[in-house]
Amino acid sequence: MEQVIYNSADLKSQEYFINMGPQHPAAHGVLRLILTMDGEMVKNIEPDLGYIHRSIEKQCEHEGYKQIIHLTDRLDYLSSHMNNEAVALAIEQAMQIEVPERVKVIRTIMGELTRIASHLLWWGVMGMDVGALTTFMYAFRDREMINDIMEETCGARLTMSYSTPGGVMFDLHPNFVNRVKEFIPHLRSVIPKYDELLTGNIIFQKRMKNVGFLSAQDAISLGASGPVARGSGVSCDRRIIEPYSALSKVDFKEILYQEGDNLARYNVRMKEMYESLHIIEQLIDNIPDDGIQAKTKALIKLPKGEFLQRVETARGDFGVYIVSDGKKNPYRVKFRSPGFSNLNTLMEIGKNQLLGDLIAISATMDFVIPDIDR
Amino acid sequence: MSYFGDIFGGIRSLLTGMKITGGYFFPSIIGRKYTITRQYPEEPAVVAERFKGEVVMWHNENNEHRCTGCQACEIACPNGTIEIIWDRVLNEETGKKVKVIDKHIYHLGMCTMCNLCIQACPTNAIMWSTNFHNATFDRSQLTKVLNHPGSKLMTGVEE
Repeated sequence: MEQVIYNSADLKSQEYFINMGPQHPAAHGVLRLILTMDGEMVKNIEPDLGYIHRSIEKQCEHEGYKQIIHLTDRLDYLSSHMNNEAVALAIEQAMQIEVPERVKVIRTIMGELTRIASHLLWWGVMGMDVGALTTFMYAFRDREMINDIMEETCGARLTMSYSTPGGVMFDLHPNFVNRVKEFIPHLRSVIPKYDELLTGNIIFQKRMKNVGFLSAQDAISLGASGPVARGSGVSCDRRIIEPYSALSKVDFKEILYQEGDNLARYNVRMKEMYESLHIIEQLIDNIPDDGIQAKTKALIKLPKGEFLQRVETARGDFGVYIVSDGKKNPYRVKFRSPGFSNLNTLMEIGKNQLLGDLIAISATMDFVIPDIDR
Repeated sequence: MSYFGDIFGGIRSLLTGMKITGGYFFPSIIGRKYTITRQYPEEPAVVAERFKGEVVMWHNENNEHRCTGCQACEIACPNGTIEIIWDRVLNEETGKKVKVIDKHIYHLGMCTMCNLCIQACPTNAIMWSTNFHNATFDRSQLTKVLNHPGSKLMTGVEE
């Protein structure tokens, strides 16, 4: 009897596709990824958006300029304060009003607190995605302190709507400074514990190191921004390139890692929390006292023209582009959301990876789906 | 060699992690030292005084409110949460027709707690309540009439 010997190259496996999402426990929200699979290998990724589309840009055309701000809370809800600030800055830039120093300092402190809260939540969820459930509990415990501070001053825990054109909604609560000063040493003492718990863990290291490589060239050409691009060594921090609010007065450095793998993106965010704390420390002791609202008219009308303001949110470069035709509501509003461009990079770096690694890669991308799908 | 090295490395990092979690776990079960969770329905929730729960209208003991029906809140609202039904009623003392609210309707289900109505109110008639127990079995119960039945405008409050 003749024996048939199969060569492994002759064996053809069949490609098939599976849907990851829109209701997937490992995806952060309603993101649907159509994966073309060959065994365990991901051959192609096609994101399908539209599950949480609320046409916020179109809604903005029917709202007055003060009313736009509460809609931007609902884009990237984890960095809601920075989104509010971006719209407020764009309107102020168009109307050429100078806001009081106190407002600038308050906005910067609030922005950095929101950034820390966002990174803490990301750290918890990231650990959970790669199989460490404890991180979720620890991160939420510390994030709760920021939420309490926000609740006391802004009246809301997540969608603050705190910045208004020309100022902020409320003055700082009398407890604010003390509570922030309590929080800073607390977070400085727990981040080393986080590192010990998760960063040094050998299983975590093996899932992170040399997985999901994104080259600097790809990061630039695909429009990545924020910690995703900085993990590949691309300097793109809007806070340094064009400092807004009180950021020109503070001293901090941009975190850059050259490796471009999962661990680099992870480290960028962990180190950024220290930088944010450093910014808050410089501002918290001498908050100027010159009012919380610049004089604006009750009905805001922008002059004719096009206005662009970019800020650095927790996920990257957030842009607000307003086209005004001189009426009380904008002709067109465009939001440049960081998550959408970062999703492009996932399509590139998720190819030829294992399915399990794709979860880890998308965890380090830190997606917030309402931001991608406005 | 690296095979056994990996095993020992794995056990060591496992123990390092257990040290952190154990450091929280044992003091918590013995003395509740690091316990931060609250037994919510038994213990009342701590809510900040500025918490934006729902919009309410302030009434004094004579069932009088401060709302003149100027509709500034209705115009300021971004999504039509507030509707005011009003009428002009003849004031017998001055002989002029005065705007009087019939119903100040507030759709809690649509409200995004943006604070613009309260900022816009010239007479401080509406304000935030910290009540957050807003869950109902029926959506129609989320439509509220803020002025109490039979309430009047407080004397001396003008637009």
